[in-house]
Amino acid sequence: MMRTTPFHPRLAELSQTQMWGNWSGYLSAVRYDLSSKHEYFGVRNAAGFFDTSPLHKYWIRGRDAELFCSFVFARDVRTLKPGRAQYTIWCDDAGFIMEDGVLFRFSADEFMLTAAEPNFGFLTKLSSLYDVEIVDATEDYASLALQGPRSRDIFEVLTPDISVLRYFGFTETKIANTPVIISRTGFSGDLGYEVMIPTADALRVLDAILEAGHPHGIRPYGDEALGMTRIEAGLPLIGVEFNSSRYAWTAEDRFTPDELGLGWLLKGIEDDSRPFIGREAILRERVDGSSRWRTVGITVAWSDFYELFESRGHLAVPDELPVAWESMLYNANGTRIGYATSFMYSPILQCHIGIARVKPKYAEKGTDIYLEQTVNHEYINVRATVTTLPFYNPERKTA
Amino acid sequence: MSDLSSYDAIVIGGGHNGLTNAAYLAKAGKKVLVLEQRHLVGGAAITEELRPGYQFTTFSYALSLLRPEIIQELDLVRHGFMPLLMRSHFAPMENGDYFLLGPDAGLNRREIARHSKADVDGMERFEHDTARVRQFIRPLFDSIPPNLFSDDPADAEKMAWLLKHLGTGDKKVIHDTVRLLTGSISDFCDDYLESDIIKATICSAACVGIKLGPMSPGSGMNWLYLSMGEHDGVGGSWSFHKGGNGGFTQVLARAATAYGAEIRLDSHVDHLITEKGEVKGVALRDGTEFRAQTVVSSLDPRRTFLEIADPRELPADLVETIQRFRFQGVASKVNFALDGLPEYPALSGRTDQYLGFINIAPTVEYMERAYDAAKYGGYSEHPYIDGCIQSLVDPDMAPPGKHVMSCFVMYTPYELKGSTWQAERENMADRVQATLQGFFPNFNDLVLQREVVSPDIIEARTGLSEGNIYAGEFFPHQMYFFRPAPGYSDYRTPIRGYYQCGSGTHPGGCVIGAPGRLASKEVLKDLSGAKP
Repeated sequence: MMRTTPFHPRLAELSQTQMWGNWSGYLSAVRYDLSSKHEYFGVRNAAGFFDTSPLHKYWIRGRDAELFCSFVFARDVRTLKPGRAQYTIWCDDAGFIMEDGVLFRFSADEFMLTAAEPNFGFLTKLSSLYDVEIVDATEDYASLALQGPRSRDIFEVLTPDISVLRYFGFTETKIANTPVIISRTGFSGDLGYEVMIPTADALRVLDAILEAGHPHGIRPYGDEALGMTRIEAGLPLIGVEFNSSRYAWTAEDRFTPDELGLGWLLKGIEDDSRPFIGREAILRERVDGSSRWRTVGITVAWSDFYELFESRGHLAVPDELPVAWESMLYNANGTRIGYATSFMYSPILQCHIGIARVKPKYAEKGTDIYLEQTVNHEYINVRATVTTLPFYNPERKTA
Repeated sequence: MSDLSSYDAIVIGGGHNGLTNAAYLAKAGKKVLVLEQRHLVGGAAITEELRPGYQFTTFSYALSLLRPEIIQELDLVRHGFMPLLMRSHFAPMENGDYFLLGPDAGLNRREIARHSKADVDGMERFEHDTARVRQFIRPLFDSIPPNLFSDDPADAEKMAWLLKHLGTGDKKVIHDTVRLLTGSISDFCDDYLESDIIKATICSAACVGIKLGPMSPGSGMNWLYLSMGEHDGVGGSWSFHKGGNGGFTQVLARAATAYGAEIRLDSHVDHLITEKGEVKGVALRDGTEFRAQTVVSSLDPRRTFLEIADPRELPADLVETIQRFRFQGVASKVNFALDGLPEYPALSGRTDQYLGFINIAPTVEYMERAYDAAKYGGYSEHPYIDGCIQSLVDPDMAPPGKHVMSCFVMYTPYELKGSTWQAERENMADRVQATLQGFFPNFNDLVLQREVVSPDIIEARTGLSEGNIYAGEFFPHQMYFFRPAPGYSDYRTPIRGYYQCGSGTHPGGCVIGAPGRLASKEVLKDLSGAKP
């Protein structure tokens, strides 16, 4: 029997489709509306909420908590202040990415990690040499992300404390007399918040959020709309942009932070001596210039996409749902130079966009490359242009 | 000259086409000045806060046919472009039933079957056949029409391309194209459908903005034109813009400004300054003059050729053609601030039917009779209303729990027989409100404020002659090669350096941007010396 999240009774009422997928053994909405595009616009235009309860949540507590985190995670946590969170990754000794997650710092010696995949064993095993305790809090909290330009207005009604929250800040506060943790984080590339609620009180808090959100057009969104917003936000997704190096079968399925476009997380590692897993390999990669890939954005002009289909007698009907496969990329001579890991039609940019891995010399913004598409049962290349990520980056996200 | 400021190009009119044109010219590195007569840009695409917190889309109310290239080429998303796709299409019926389409094709089939089982596949055939027509004519729509009457080899080449394209068409597609271009939408629908409410829903889209009824030959062409929209890549789909259509023109203004264009408000251009058949600049009503070798008018053909330019400097045949160019606006707007949402008894408690157009066009005959009045100089007793409650989709449009409803109203002819709009305006709005009250029993109780925009007001505020929302009627003889006049469909004019880029040029009206964009290509071609 599939499990349901603490929000499920309300989510099932809100769902017009009853289309559920499986996220870590929990029912997770594919979409609530008849069309996920309208959920997507709900996020971009007003506010949408996404049930993130299946996310794994781990307390990391103890005298050595900072030392432990600074060793396990590739991004330096030593400068992370209490009340702040950071997006982070962890690597293997060869400098390949294992996974990513968000690390919250509650105090000098208390952190929480949220991650899409289970890591309790990994963290516990590493913790044996440190004065630190790992506690799996996954089922202690229900969690949801409220994203979009009206998300702040909605939470301000419920708890004025959040009005001062800066990007990646978080606070412990109350909604409907229930203690909650609200962070200004999310996966949509827009202004947004995530809230963790003690499981037993989850429905009551959700109802308060729905009531406060009603005049602001709040609506739930599912996995399809989440996928659309995160591609526009240029955020990599495990299982799509990368897989854990631990479970990869070949070197082709392992990627370093620089290759995945996450080199910015490692700012300053050349200048300090902080030991962390993968450090030596990553430094060597930088010295040797041995990165195989660069992660870039690609766009296909609407006129080119249109021409691709219409000149062959088809109607150009773009689909905003991210395609579930990789699409090959070529240079003008027809030589393979990479592949798009995510590809979709962006309803707001009104053209196709993708997250792609290309050989470093093709990574410069403005470079023309060619994307393989299938038309009339044939592979045909269409021109694409390299650009920087993210595709959509409103000022309000960080303002 | 009292003001010696000099520009590479001056664009007259800060409507969406003028701004689009200016943005493209500025992006190409030209020093551009936009002169707008009013205190705000946008022309007929503006949003006004007529009541604190309530945003009214005074004139145009939806993004219809905006060309996707413009969004990308002008980087509009960076400047706040935010289309809001319509989710539903709702048509109440006189017997209390309704026809409601939503985003799911399977559910739509069931809704169609509720009215006619035969129309389920009838509708799919209709949609497929008309999609093929759209595919066939789109290359013409998105390119500059060749000059039929020119002896320039470049035009001959374009004509050869056009003839070749027409020659590649499928027999049925070409026949359907001609049937739509010349026939009535009602006849065309009869070939596919039997349910009157479904036919009426399609026919209503053919009646927007033109002085024709659904049974009039020519209404097919308007339907085809208005179905050329492809919001979000979906043929025929329309959207709103965040903050109303004024939100969209503000985006365009930011883009144009970011590329370096200068926008001067409260600057009513009086006339063109020419010397020996060449443009030298423009003069404002207050006497201020600006110099430029290139002036682009985004105004309608009557103003472009007969008012801004001196018609005595133009060929007599052009002047004659423009003088008889048909405007005859027939559309009005009645906009409401509402205290809540209208209740439709058959869908009591539901509001999801209001997430797109609310179409008061219950039968084909209802619309034809609404049109009949206009033929004889009257306005419809029972008007056709294309309504939308944008605040339900976009919370920025009204305070929480409150709403704004835009109602596009047909038919209200510019020239009334035996009366004036000054006298009839509120009566017309009363009929609109009574019609809405007939379908939504709580409507009158909801109305907090009403704004009435009759054709004379459209003309006075936007400058659109006779209040024609398309800057000139959509008749076959006023389209493509002939828009606005035979031989002048390539955005140039007989005055060297003087161009047109408004909706009175190819392809035509709606918030489309294509005239502004295509005209900029010709202006830039000339400025680069490619062609005199």
